[in-house]
Amino acid sequence: MHTNENGKHEAVIGLEVHVQLLTKTKIFCSCKNEFGHLPNTLSCPVCLGLPGSLPVFNKEVLKLVIKIALALNCEISNLMKFDRKNYFYPDLPKNYQISQYDLPVAKNGFLEIASEGKAKNIRIRRVHLEEDAGKLVHDDNRTGDSFVDFNRTGTPLAEIVSEPDIFSPEQAYDFLKGLKNTLLYIDVSDCNMEEGSLRCDANVSVRKIGEKKLGTKVEVKNMNSFKAVKSALEYEIKRQIDILNAGNAIAQETRLWDADKQKTFGMRSKEETEDYRYFPEPDLVPFNISSLYINDIQKTLPELPSQKTERFITKYGLDKKTTDFIISDKYMADFFEQCVALCGDSKKVANWISGSIAMEMNSRNVDFLMLTIRPEQIADLINLVDSQTISATTAKKVFSEMLETKELPSLIVDSKKLGQVSGEAELSAIIDNVLNRNEKSITDYLAGKQQAFSFLIGQVMKETSGKANPQVVSKILMQKIKNKKAGKNE
Amino acid sequence: MELYSLGIKELGNKLKKGEITSADICKSLLERIERINPKINAYVNLDLGFLQKKAKESNVSSYNNFLAGIPLAIKDNICVKGELTTCASRILSGFRPPYDATVIQKIKKSNAIPFGKVNMDEFAFGSSTETSCYGPVCNPWDLSRIPGGSSGGSAAAVASDIAVAALGSDTGGSIRQPAALTGVVGMKPTYGRISRYGLLAFASSLDQIGPIAKTVEDCALLLSVISGYDTKDSTSVNTGIPDFQSTLSNPIKGMKIGIPKEYFKKIGIEKDVYERIEESIRLFSNLGAEIIDVSLPHTEYAISTYYIIASSEASSNLARYDGVQYGLRLKDASTTMEMYKKTRNMGFGNEAKRRIILGTYALSSGYYDAYYLRAMKVRTKMLRDFEEVFKICDCLLTPTSPTVAFKMGEKLEDPLSMYLSDVFTIPVNLAGLPAISIPCGFSKAKGTELPIGLQLIGNYFKENLILQIAYNFEQKAQVYKIKPEGL
Repeated sequence: MHTNENGKHEAVIGLEVHVQLLTKTKIFCSCKNEFGHLPNTLSCPVCLGLPGSLPVFNKEVLKLVIKIALALNCEISNLMKFDRKNYFYPDLPKNYQISQYDLPVAKNGFLEIASEGKAKNIRIRRVHLEEDAGKLVHDDNRTGDSFVDFNRTGTPLAEIVSEPDIFSPEQAYDFLKGLKNTLLYIDVSDCNMEEGSLRCDANVSVRKIGEKKLGTKVEVKNMNSFKAVKSALEYEIKRQIDILNAGNAIAQETRLWDADKQKTFGMRSKEETEDYRYFPEPDLVPFNISSLYINDIQKTLPELPSQKTERFITKYGLDKKTTDFIISDKYMADFFEQCVALCGDSKKVANWISGSIAMEMNSRNVDFLMLTIRPEQIADLINLVDSQTISATTAKKVFSEMLETKELPSLIVDSKKLGQVSGEAELSAIIDNVLNRNEKSITDYLAGKQQAFSFLIGQVMKETSGKANPQVVSKILMQKIKNKKAGKNE
Repeated sequence: MELYSLGIKELGNKLKKGEITSADICKSLLERIERINPKINAYVNLDLGFLQKKAKESNVSSYNNFLAGIPLAIKDNICVKGELTTCASRILSGFRPPYDATVIQKIKKSNAIPFGKVNMDEFAFGSSTETSCYGPVCNPWDLSRIPGGSSGGSAAAVASDIAVAALGSDTGGSIRQPAALTGVVGMKPTYGRISRYGLLAFASSLDQIGPIAKTVEDCALLLSVISGYDTKDSTSVNTGIPDFQSTLSNPIKGMKIGIPKEYFKKIGIEKDVYERIEESIRLFSNLGAEIIDVSLPHTEYAISTYYIIASSEASSNLARYDGVQYGLRLKDASTTMEMYKKTRNMGFGNEAKRRIILGTYALSSGYYDAYYLRAMKVRTKMLRDFEEVFKICDCLLTPTSPTVAFKMGEKLEDPLSMYLSDVFTIPVNLAGLPAISIPCGFSKAKGTELPIGLQLIGNYFKENLILQIAYNFEQKAQVYKIKPEGL
């Protein structure tokens, strides 16, 4: 629970997430659904909303949204129906958006998330489909003109609305991470916040602890990353609690997050909210979604994070904490399985991922994919250690080197001559040298000082720049000291 | 006989025989248009040079169907690629669509020629063609009277022989009422029979494109060409297209024609209209049809239901005319909202504004249930009424309009009495049924001869049946041969 210092208030948060769906073409026309093209090169009379044009629903969109509905454990509507949401904005060429109002394609689901070390279900109120708007480009500096890029117009969007089941900014963050992960697992969106393929608004209110009734709701918009959502919520909750503590009332309004100033600013009050005048879209004929169709999609649904967790624990013998970490990123989970397939040792792969790899991700503050590690690299590393070609210590060095050069560990070991020296003859000569220089340590050891033996091993390692195989060194050293002792006694 | 006075069938025969060319027809029409159009104001944005060019280029080589080589007048709310398409509204001034409506594609494919754009009520809002930004259309029978609307340009052009046939659109009677008031044949097909793709929407759930022609047979020929399922219009229906022409002359003996009593109770029906319809019923009886009395109990709610649904949809459909992408834009504005307001204020006429406001109000939160939702429920009840009567009859017969053509300006300032002009045609759109208006006689009560039309309403996708019934009547009554004089 997020509370203020004297613990009198708690926050209640609901999230609205828009995700662009990865279809080949747009939702109501056959224009390509792609990002990053020259402005207005992906448009036609339909997505430009030209007079006389009519929308035709792209059934591929239905498939993807049903995957979402199934992954979020939702009830799926029997009837598919669209409505018009009417408002004027220059990026909306028809000045109405085709959306779903009273009959969303799916409702009453939930997403299990891991938050603050515990599993928690966040209920999903509804999932509905709508068309994306265009993009305004302002030429503030020169002419003051504004331009509209209609490439994005008609991109299929799924809006996922949670129930107010979230009680802290951290939970909101964990929900978004979990949701994104699920959507990536089922391959319906690339969930890229920078490109706008995932966008999030939050409804937040605060109330006295113990109070059942929700406080006055404020909608927060314009948050461009999961971290921004967290910061905006932290700011907004504090703002609201301060108002209540000062004895004032919260105004129902929409506020914008300003990432530079790290503050929210009022955009419009309740009185100014638009009346969207929803009514059924007469240009699209409602149709039934058959349970057969849903079953077919269910069959093609890939393994979901929760199912994968269970399997990883039983099949690979991992503990829950390690599994949760590996599963939290689809690419990392795939990577894990590819590594295990190559080297056969799930525990060691898991150790690498939750150890060195996790550390790297943390210190660089990047996602797993950004490290660009290949499964054969980690498998190779594990083999090198298993075959005693390198020591565990050297392995860590090779790992760091590998992240920079992207080379295979065995090539790095070869070219840098990092291979462990295990040859008895070679080591024997080095050890003789060390013993000759450290007569006192031998005496100390023989007198019962264990550290003296460790010191001698350290000296050998130093001579070999750490490449000597410590077990072999220890064995030869022991043998030689024994011999020396025997020689003295003779 | 001058070529301009002939219909599709007659011209098609001459073309097939090689007696004339398509260019001959266009030339004859052009001469007539130059002479008559200034009196009628049917064609808009008339560019005679452009039409002459079209006439010259119309060297159709194969006359494999009756439409090949025939020039057609197109209502100004149907997109013709590269040609001005303005819905007779200032707000669309200069708009040239970059694409053809599906019906235009079909017309071009059958080698017919989309000739000129014809006048209409602004955005098809009206029953008199007086709300056009190009000025009103005059009725060829009496130039001081309106031709009906909103497809008044299409009907007046066909009636005055400045078009062989025309395309109109019908949302509440906009093809049938002007056809009746100008003495020609006009048909609103079943909702879904013809693609609406490229028809500038007024009320999406009611709009339907249809033919206006000199005879029932011409109407059937044009209907054959423009009908059919279209993947670009989700509301078009994938059903076969029957041969509308071949069954026309089949006898109608034994067919059951229903007379809905509610349509004759209205005190607004003019005496001559009533009498001509009575005579027509007797004629059908003589042709062997069985006349039966039927009831459509929810008829009285049609107009209010229609104005809520049609205006609601229109308020949303017309939102896109905002000055951003095309058409009129008033630049003297400091914010986008101000630009919208100034543009829309200047661009829309009074009737358009009235309907946008009405529709916006009906959809507003707090009013939606009382108006739109209730209207949709009544609409369903009216649909059930029709389903019931079509269990016992093949078609329904009603007057098309309660009155003959009224005087220019007579009802312009009295929207409610204007709305009553469509009292007999509106229920058909609400139910999505096909209906045809055919000439059935004249009234001399107003000094000049003014045409009267009768309406035949059919069951879903039974256009062939009402065309057959209409054709039998037409051949017997021979009213269609009488043309306006003194133009």
